Amino acid sequence: MTTPVLLLVGIAFVAAVILGIAARIFHVDEDPRIEAVTNLLPGANCGGCGMAGCSASAEAMVKGELPVNACVVGGTETAEEIAAYLGYDVAGSEPTLACATCEGGYRAARKYNYSGMEDCRAALQLYHGYIRCENGCLGLGSCRKACQFGAITMNPESGLPEFDPERCVGCGSCVAACPKGIIKLVGDTTRILHWNQYTHCLSPCRQRCPAQINIPKYLAHARNGEYGAALMTVKDNNPLPVATGRVCPELCATECRRQIQDDPLAINAVKRFVADWERNSGERMQVSIAPDTGKKVAVIGAGPSGLTAAYYLRRLGHHVEIFEQMPKLGGMPLYGIPEYRLSEEQYKWDIDGVLELGVEAHTGVKLGRDFNIHALKAQGFDAIFLAIGLWQGRLLPFEGKELDGIYSGIDYLRRFHTDEELIKGKRFVIIGAGNVAMDCARSALRAGAEEVILTFRFSRDLMEANAHEIIDAENEGVIMRCLLSPVRFVGEDGKLTGIEVQEVTLKHNPGGLPDCIPVEGSNEIIPCDVVIQAVGQAAELKEIAEVDGLATTRYGTIDGKEETLETNIPGVFTGGDCFTGPRLLVEAVAGGRYAARSIHYYMTTGEIPPIEDRQREMVPQAMVDELINVSPVSTRAVKPVIPLEERMGGFREVEGTISEQQCLTEAQRCLNCGIYCYDQDDLPQSEIRPVGSCPNEPRIAEKEQSAKSD
Amino acid sequence: MDLIYLAISATFVNNILLAQYLGNCPFLGVSKKLETAMGMAAAIVFVTLLASIFTWSVFTFVLRPYDLEFLKTLSFILIIASLVQLVEIILKKKSRTLYNALGVYLPLITTNCAVMGVALLIAKKEMDFLSMLVFATTSAVGYGLALILFAGIRVRLQISAVPQSLQGTAIALVTAGIMALAFMGFQGMA
Repeated sequence: MTTPVLLLVGIAFVAAVILGIAARIFHVDEDPRIEAVTNLLPGANCGGCGMAGCSASAEAMVKGELPVNACVVGGTETAEEIAAYLGYDVAGSEPTLACATCEGGYRAARKYNYSGMEDCRAALQLYHGYIRCENGCLGLGSCRKACQFGAITMNPESGLPEFDPERCVGCGSCVAACPKGIIKLVGDTTRILHWNQYTHCLSPCRQRCPAQINIPKYLAHARNGEYGAALMTVKDNNPLPVATGRVCPELCATECRRQIQDDPLAINAVKRFVADWERNSGERMQVSIAPDTGKKVAVIGAGPSGLTAAYYLRRLGHHVEIFEQMPKLGGMPLYGIPEYRLSEEQYKWDIDGVLELGVEAHTGVKLGRDFNIHALKAQGFDAIFLAIGLWQGRLLPFEGKELDGIYSGIDYLRRFHTDEELIKGKRFVIIGAGNVAMDCARSALRAGAEEVILTFRFSRDLMEANAHEIIDAENEGVIMRCLLSPVRFVGEDGKLTGIEVQEVTLKHNPGGLPDCIPVEGSNEIIPCDVVIQAVGQAAELKEIAEVDGLATTRYGTIDGKEETLETNIPGVFTGGDCFTGPRLLVEAVAGGRYAARSIHYYMTTGEIPPIEDRQREMVPQAMVDELINVSPVSTRAVKPVIPLEERMGGFREVEGTISEQQCLTEAQRCLNCGIYCYDQDDLPQSEIRPVGSCPNEPRIAEKEQSAKSD
Repeated sequence: MDLIYLAISATFVNNILLAQYLGNCPFLGVSKKLETAMGMAAAIVFVTLLASIFTWSVFTFVLRPYDLEFLKTLSFILIIASLVQLVEIILKKKSRTLYNALGVYLPLITTNCAVMGVALLIAKKEMDFLSMLVFATTSAVGYGLALILFAGIRVRLQISAVPQSLQGTAIALVTAGIMALAFMGFQGMA
């Protein structure tokens, strides 16, 4: 009896001794934190985090290769414990949630009827799925089955998966299960760094918007009365909604499918409403800021591009300092856009939104004059963003150019916002027909000019200004004289008294602006005491180019790589007008965010990954030429406008914000488009217009079938 | 020649999984993906071989001389459990790559019945050292083979139409049964 007991005890003892010794001899010096983190993990060894077991996962977490919230079993509690142990800010572990990028669902056109097994991967084997749309969700719910946390439900109405943010732990099993790559894990960082790709489901408006704002999404929030969520959607791509809401020419609306049969959506009016909703509430919506990365960025120029870059870089956790040459922040929209379109006070709300994130700003300091790039680098800035705008107004080199009374458009407009004396006169001649020219003309009338004549070299249809600016200017009394080319300035005693112009005819020039052919003997002198030239702008680059060796282009802009916005100096990026030439505010905003993306990657990884299949052109398939099954509803969101007599003599805002009711009804008009699909009305059979070319046509047949089976 | 027969027999004819039905838990548990199945197969081969050598030595030099064969199950459990621990400790220090490759599977098979089964079979048949080596290796290879084949089938099962009531483990067991039937085709080869 004793022998077996002795034997077993013996074996156990020997094993224990050997193990004990082995543990000593083969002791691996491990970070003690790894063991501690292993103990905090649930020890399920499930591999859900993608690592081989909990200790491997703990090791990766300690090394910082794996986010502390990677454990799918432990969930938030474990993540918080680990974060607390490792000394991370708990809020710093950015929550990522799954979300689907397809808008189609049951609205999407079918290629054929599928009655195979309920699995997206299986369905995809047959002619790449039954949905005509390349990107479209098949709606069979493979993601729902893959989710271990019951966070996904299939919406029976739309046929699209819905994600419960309370339950989603961001484990990514649905992402792996979706054969079409529709589901993405999205956190704030991904949203900030996101740029459109051809493989995404993009509504036409989203394709056209330079800032790539998710327009259908914010309209959807707006029509549900979720103005805060709508605004946050806008702010994912554009931190200046108050300003953009007032001056953006709505390129998005030019692609709105609604205009095929009624009016395009007043997209910008809705944006302006939600932006003003926040501003009027006086309380700013909080946005997340990633934990400090310890990287420093200098942003030169506090215009829309610089402010945007500063906003997103700060949200990505970098330390940002803005250097602005003018006494006030805001750049061209502040100094160049007159008060009646965008007031300083309104714009300040947007600017403060950037500063409140903890962005430092220095005003009255100018690159090239007060400091240079070299000095900034010496101060420890990891990257520099040049968004210096175009502050040099071009002047025509004609005879008499030295006369008193000739100014550039920027020079004229700027003085309304600085301490400099205003340029006064009785008879103004404005040269040019862009938005700056219109702003000058309308400002001059308000500042007391008796007559304002706007001359333009080309025909009226070639005017660059926004259509409604031209109409407004004309309504207010600006005299438009097209097909007039300036010849020389006339003056007496050094003072301007008139400008000699000559009529021209246009000759078609393939691939460019038409040629102007002067008409002999048509010369005329227009008497005037002020000439304002809005004929082009350039960046002030001479000193920067000389001191720091910055490469410039022959158009007076900064030379940079289009893909990354890098200049010839490493770590120095550029964007906005000083890179692209004079463009829209929303394009400067886009440039700012694009630069933020490049700078973020440059500082954190050292490499800026290219955007695959970056969407640049409109996606041809999305250009539907007819809407079927959509009843026409004309827009009611016409902005209130103050009468003409109230405009003169002051700079009161001309256009007002739409009402809440207008916002709600307008947002309801949105068709919630995807690439092919859009919302269709349940029209009675008699009103359905049969159209052959529309990709959504099969939808009607399908509806009939489902009606029968009910 | 006998050794070749032994090898074929252990791998195919008397496949430890499909003919003797040992080590079912990992067979059903880690066969959902090909990669994990391969990792598991590698770990099984490694551990079975080591465990067999040790248990064979203990059995031949300790248990049998002292007429304590009835203790083999109990002592083998002890030996295999501590052996796996020991291997893990050593591997962690000496071969980080192998340790990472075997990863979580190593501790998982501490109590695998296939490993135990092989050890017990060796003891039962009172094999010599060489036969033991061949038998242990080929049994484990047979196990790995069945596991990988099965994982391949299960990957396809996931995207095929399975009646609701049979989904999951049920269909896996049915499949395993059919595989076992297929392996019966090797009967009479050796």
